[in-house]
Amino acid sequence: MIPEVSTTGLTPPRLEWRVATVARVHDETPRARTLVLDVPGWPGHRAGQHVDVRLVADDGYQAQRSYSIASAPESTSVALTVERLSDGEVSPYLCDALGVGDGVEIRGPIGGYFVWEVAQGGPLFLVAGGSGIVPLMAMLRHHAAALASVRAGIPVRLLYSARTVDDVIYREELAALAAMPEVRVSLALTRDAPRDWAGFRRRIDRAMLEEVGWPATEMPNAFVCGPTPLVESVATQLVELGHDPSRVRTERFGPTG
Amino acid sequence: MQVEDMRLDGNAAAGTLREIFALDVTAALAQCACCGTVAPMGALLEYGHGMGVILRCSSCEAAVVRIARTPGWIRLDVSGIAFLSIPDSPASA
Repeated sequence: MIPEVSTTGLTPPRLEWRVATVARVHDETPRARTLVLDVPGWPGHRAGQHVDVRLVADDGYQAQRSYSIASAPESTSVALTVERLSDGEVSPYLCDALGVGDGVEIRGPIGGYFVWEVAQGGPLFLVAGGSGIVPLMAMLRHHAAALASVRAGIPVRLLYSARTVDDVIYREELAALAAMPEVRVSLALTRDAPRDWAGFRRRIDRAMLEEVGWPATEMPNAFVCGPTPLVESVATQLVELGHDPSRVRTERFGPTG
Repeated sequence: MQVEDMRLDGNAAAGTLREIFALDVTAALAQCACCGTVAPMGALLEYGHGMGVILRCSSCEAAVVRIARTPGWIRLDVSGIAFLSIPDSPASA
């Protein structure tokens, strides 16, 4: 008897560059802009995945960067939130020059490690520094799009550090998400905070992780994203607090902070 | 700036890896040929530079994967992997 060929494995198509069109732009903060892209033939994505963006100059010079997807898998368009780095090659173009109707080359979705789906369950502990909030926002939006009965079984805690209150990306949406009974949002401002600020006024540290995170006995799925020094210190502290290293997933954004 | 600040996760090399492998391998489990540690490729430490990518073991820092681009060629050294287990659907990851 000839064994049947397995059809259970998904064979994704070859990763190809496509031209996406900017459908909308939205300034999130003075330094971060969301680009909502229409991508013909987009195969869908999972929360936490990223895309590569390629810019080609007239002389053929190419620059390529990775950007996390901010939109939920349930969304038909692809939203990227890009932080403008003053000495960057790609981000100033994406933040300042690209407008509605313009095309940009992307390929994706990419990555199968730093992803979360409702089926993976919780509790969920999300820790972000700066624009590291972007892939975690896709997870929060994915969570919010689930049935209330499903959400109730997946409590989420987000700890997000930013320099000032004006640097908090998705501030209003995070406040709305925090109104849901199963979502708790904690913000830490590291440089400057309003006088009536009720959140933390320091960098994320071990005491903060203990105070707002889940105890290791709850076996949360932890996702940590942001500048490399923040990610490494948080991941180390979570393991010191007893969390299983295989349940602490990290995405380092490099030295920018 | 410290070299430690420059490192990323293997996940950052996912696009380059998808140019080489037919499947996403960032969720694949790689056993380090040097120390035997098993970790997802996406959790390796990535050191990128102009010509390519080096993925190092997070336990012993041995080079697990080296990818270099030369004109017309992608050159791949995976001698640092003793064994690779690749999930063939997202649900197995």
